[in-house]
Amino acid sequence: MLEIRNLYKHFGPLVAVDDVSFTVSRGEVLGFLGPNGAGKSTTMKMITGFLAPTAGTALICGHDIQQRPLAAKRQFGYLPEGAPAYPDMNVADFLRFIAHIRGFRGAEATARIDHIVELVHLNEVYGQRIETLSKGFRRRVGVAQALIHDPPVVILDEPTDGLDPNQKYEMRGILGAMQQEKAIIISTHLLEEVEAVCSRAIIIARGRVLADATPAELAARSRFHNAVRLDIAAENAARIRADLADIPGIAAIEEAGEGERRVLTIVPRDNKPIAGDLAELAEGRNWNIGGFAVERGRLDDVFRAITAPPNEAGRA
Amino acid sequence: MKSLIGNTLYICRRELAGYFATPLAYVFIVIFLVLAGVLTFFVGDFFERGQADLQSFFTFHPWLYLVLIPAVSMRLWAEERKSGTIELFLTLPIRLSEAVVGKFLAAWVFVGIALALTFPFWLTVLFLGNPDNGVIFASYLGSWLMAGAILAIGAAVSAATKNQVTAFVVTAALVFVLVAAGTQTVIGLFQGWAPQGLVHAVAGASLFGHFTAITRGVVDLRDLLYFVSIMVAFLAANAVLVDLTKAE
Repeated sequence: MLEIRNLYKHFGPLVAVDDVSFTVSRGEVLGFLGPNGAGKSTTMKMITGFLAPTAGTALICGHDIQQRPLAAKRQFGYLPEGAPAYPDMNVADFLRFIAHIRGFRGAEATARIDHIVELVHLNEVYGQRIETLSKGFRRRVGVAQALIHDPPVVILDEPTDGLDPNQKYEMRGILGAMQQEKAIIISTHLLEEVEAVCSRAIIIARGRVLADATPAELAARSRFHNAVRLDIAAENAARIRADLADIPGIAAIEEAGEGERRVLTIVPRDNKPIAGDLAELAEGRNWNIGGFAVERGRLDDVFRAITAPPNEAGRA
Repeated sequence: MKSLIGNTLYICRRELAGYFATPLAYVFIVIFLVLAGVLTFFVGDFFERGQADLQSFFTFHPWLYLVLIPAVSMRLWAEERKSGTIELFLTLPIRLSEAVVGKFLAAWVFVGIALALTFPFWLTVLFLGNPDNGVIFASYLGSWLMAGAILAIGAAVSAATKNQVTAFVVTAALVFVLVAAGTQTVIGLFQGWAPQGLVHAVAGASLFGHFTAITRGVVDLRDLLYFVSIMVAFLAANAVLVDLTKAE
């Protein structure tokens, strides 16, 4: 549904986007992940036709954004960074304007507006001027205008930025509800969002795509993938460490905590599963553990490792 | 195509509603009317002239517009770029031409409304004497056209900068040059030494000259063409500038 082909963007000597290609299919929620300044927003601006690419193009449902911009623009809904909207309009008028531009008239426009207001919970601010709205509501208005025409492709630039946890949860709920029918791409630098919402993640830094995988696959690249976290009594720490020395395949043991409890994180070599062996050992040698957890992997470590500048890389 | 015209109208409507959503529009109209009144009756020797026509009224329009129209045009595009709504606006399924024309039309209609609200002046001369209504009507139209030309210039300038004050000043300066070029003072400057062709060119470039011709009652196609071509030229420049500067 959404195909990005070899996008480049140069601002004079600065290369903001460097050969970015990917596709998003129906039913996918792609997380566009990267540090600030990575080129996420610039890429989105090119996809939506706001910025002309230096090279490459984007196809939305087969329509080339540069050759057939109007046809392409009808196929997506876009929430720009910062969720801009006309401050002097009230929510109702704004949505009606967007509905008209999207080709809806009269009763159909009203029906669409009512539906989207319900979906995004804008009822209580329906008559209010946009400049008086809180950030959370402004963002919801932005999402509403992006979804009002029920587009097959949805492009959201930092949709939960600045929202409180409740609002984030609601926004993610909205995304989840429409996931099946649409191809959605959201840009974010929140790793928890990627885990919560995205079926796939692309990590971009300095204009290049550095990784393209599911969140689980990305997490598996972490050195903490399959690490085991033990919650133990401080007094047993030394004994347990001694027992652990007998087990091959342990790369490191990290200890954290103060006072009477400690948390040991046992990192396996090559991410090999050691939970089974450890559980047996814990049972057999009576470690008296309070908690036992297997880590899926830490996305922030992977993120940092992947996006670190070349001279700093390799220090995960 | 229905959709082509439709979008332009929706954009125009949205923009116009935006003017009246704040005190801006009402303040502007009041100032326009008060200034026009003061200029006509006190500065324009309306009563001293003893003629039942609106020459004293129309003669000040170029100067009135010089000061007031940049105030309308300055926010046309600069505001959108500053607030970021331009990114939303230009990623909607609309043509750039629809966007440019729609916004311009809204500003032009707005100025038209302000102009129309000066009808009490017309009623005054109707009451006081026997004015040539044809000339007055033509003058109103000419004034509106001139306003449109000035607005087009202002819109293009507004697209070139994010700062509304800059837009105002640059527009006013440009319009001043175009208005002043037709005044006797400036023509006199050129007359002594410049070849006739140049003098004519300078006079011909002037808003003042063409407008004055219309208010004298002679509606020459060339005068209409002058204003329309300025509008078209600057609207085209507007579109180019919007495209060039939108992402800054």
